[in-house]
Amino acid sequence: MALCFMEGNEAIAWGAFEAGCRFFAGYPITPATTIYNTMLRLLPPAGGICLQAEDEIASIGFCLGASMAGMKVLTATSGPGISLYSEQISFAVGSEIPLVIVDVQRLGPSTGSATRGADGDVQFLRWGNSGGLPVIVLAPVDVGDCFSLTMEAFNLAETYRCPVFVATNKEIAMTRESVDWDKLRRAEPVGRRLCPQGADFLPFGVEKGRQVPDFLPIGNRRLVRQTSSTHGPDGYITTDPVQIGANQKRLLEKIESRAERFTFYEEMAVKDARTLVVCYGVTARAARLAVAQLQRKGQAVSLLILKTLWPVPARLIAEKAAGCRRVVVVEMNMGQYVREIERVVAPLPVGFYGQMNGELIGPEKIMEVIAHG
Amino acid sequence: MASFLNSERPPVFCPGCTHKNVTEALDKALQQLGLAAQEVVIVSDIGCSGLFDTFFNTHALHGLHGRALTYATGIKMARPELKVIVTMGDGGLGIGGAHLLSTCRRNPDLTLLVLNNFNYGMTGGQCSPTTPPDAVVGSGFLNRLEIPLDVVKVTRAAGAGFVSRLAAHRPELADEIAKGIEFEGFSVIDIWGICPGRYSRRNKLTPKSLEARIEALEKASGPVAENVREEYGAHYRRLAAGQEPARPPRPVKAVFEPPQKRPWRVLVLGRAGQRVVTAGELLCLAAMTAGMHATQKNDYPITVLRGHSVCELVLSPEPVDYTGIDVPDVVIALAPEGVARRKAVFQRLKPDCLVLRDAEVSIASTPAEVLAVDFRKARIKAADHALAALAALAFRNLVLSPAMLKAAVEHRFQGAVRAAALAVVEAMSGGG
Repeated sequence: MALCFMEGNEAIAWGAFEAGCRFFAGYPITPATTIYNTMLRLLPPAGGICLQAEDEIASIGFCLGASMAGMKVLTATSGPGISLYSEQISFAVGSEIPLVIVDVQRLGPSTGSATRGADGDVQFLRWGNSGGLPVIVLAPVDVGDCFSLTMEAFNLAETYRCPVFVATNKEIAMTRESVDWDKLRRAEPVGRRLCPQGADFLPFGVEKGRQVPDFLPIGNRRLVRQTSSTHGPDGYITTDPVQIGANQKRLLEKIESRAERFTFYEEMAVKDARTLVVCYGVTARAARLAVAQLQRKGQAVSLLILKTLWPVPARLIAEKAAGCRRVVVVEMNMGQYVREIERVVAPLPVGFYGQMNGELIGPEKIMEVIAHG
Repeated sequence: MASFLNSERPPVFCPGCTHKNVTEALDKALQQLGLAAQEVVIVSDIGCSGLFDTFFNTHALHGLHGRALTYATGIKMARPELKVIVTMGDGGLGIGGAHLLSTCRRNPDLTLLVLNNFNYGMTGGQCSPTTPPDAVVGSGFLNRLEIPLDVVKVTRAAGAGFVSRLAAHRPELADEIAKGIEFEGFSVIDIWGICPGRYSRRNKLTPKSLEARIEALEKASGPVAENVREEYGAHYRRLAAGQEPARPPRPVKAVFEPPQKRPWRVLVLGRAGQRVVTAGELLCLAAMTAGMHATQKNDYPITVLRGHSVCELVLSPEPVDYTGIDVPDVVIALAPEGVARRKAVFQRLKPDCLVLRDAEVSIASTPAEVLAVDFRKARIKAADHALAALAALAFRNLVLSPAMLKAAVEHRFQGAVRAAALAVVEAMSGGG
């Protein structure tokens, strides 16, 4: 065992670097700034690019340009910055620009509290783009996850040509912890699929049986078009409802129909559980202690920790809840992801506890919610 | 040389629109420079200027209103060999004002063509940042309340390397664009034009009157002597090449046995200037030298050298799940600021908890054992109180041992800092 001591933000930067990310642009904001600081140490000496933009709109704009020029790109911010990213996120969704966005969540609403944690953006990340098409959101539990899930996020962004969020929390991002560095899970980095030499290239052309267009970078020998307007396969504006409709359906299905390939989770299951506790993010750590204690007492309680929040891993949740009498959801907001759980496990009753006061939800509280909530 | 214009998508502008002149001039400029289509990227955003990318057979990126310069900067940094041309209207200029100013300050090798026709043509002729106050526009009286932005003055003041202003119908426009593209730095060409669909229907504007207006203003044609400097990307690459490579995370060797094989929850209550956060890290590293796991949460205000500094440290033989501390096992009270921040905690402490306090810091009554340490007697400076408190624990073989603490110091520091820290530890060997 070789333990290193670092915070979640540093681990995210290293995960991005190992995934092949060589372009970062950001704007300073607590509690995300140390990702930028770490990228600034990592990228320039490695021939990469790390930029500080004039605002969040520009930082994600730089990333979109660099991604279209073929680079793996990362940006990182917190809730107020995600708000400013919104129009560019819509662009990345609709125009299939690979990009990893870290949201180090802090207590909101609005500027809220810069140094207090929360998980208040989990619905915002899903629905904060115009048009409402799906995105992928991964949620780390600890520093090790920050590293491993960031590597996964890059592979997903490249594979599906879409923005992928890593939804972390000040409580993971700026908490340092010992981590067995060499033993961290490292997904083999993959790049986006390039249009083969000699094949006809259409910027948004999709072969039969595939749902993601082949990529060519701006600057390639074959000319590349990118546009935020409603477009056909050739990248020019279209008003053809058949073409538009087919494209929207493809953008939806390329993410949702493959959800099971990137459903990351962890569980502490007991046979014949009567209660299933569902948690994610830093709250899952307290839930582990709470559920372990109850299990030691012989109580039939299982824990499911979701690390892929969007698309909702509905089949997994339904499977784990099967046979239970009730489900309990605990999260660091006033009730967001519980809506998805209620929808998926209906008609099972769902107990809920939400807290958004800048403090961690402790194991005692979770045990109380399991007993009475 | 062949035209770059897309024969399948001929320009579609309102009759008499001078955007057509700019389209043709840009095509001519690209031909004059002998560029290949794949060397050129046209980046556009919203408005009639946003149609440009479709008229040319080059690489193209069309994005959100006012953000063209942000995409262009990303492309240029990723692919420095490309010629990146940005088209933007006076509307995009306004909504993307921060990007315009910042691009001028950076001086990347981009060429910005401002298609300046004094109104938002596409949405019905509302006033833009360049609309004169006496114009009649689709915004009622509101343009009378604002003065127009002088693109030349602003971009020169902000640091653009190349600034020109001329009317769209001028025969030298193609040459001016070619010069802008050739210039190694940020080129801004403020091209004044006529929007017959919206603007000149209600405002008398002819090529002649347009030229007269330009004549009356500061002249601008080409490099701005005081702003000519190294191009942003080249400058970035030059400085980046001199940066030291980052060192990979350094593992801590686990070589000791901890004095007690149990979890510890330690709360350090200090103030800025006592190096509380560093001491917290040292305690975690010390625990790691004995194979323990550790977490550190810090709480301090935005001010430097003033206010509280609080650390929550969890050390455990098992990986740490919950990083919060409801009831600590050890409290180190070093300053009233930190004590005030967690004043409720003292009541909650168990009798087998230990409070190690600076002899001069008072705390609320508590069921825990309280131990006062006199840092002044041991001649410890305020900046070393937190480290000295760890040493006081270590010499009692509580939580950590002196060997663990010294190993942590040696892992964390080198040279003179290491020697000074070790001296602080040694100074506490008498118990403080």
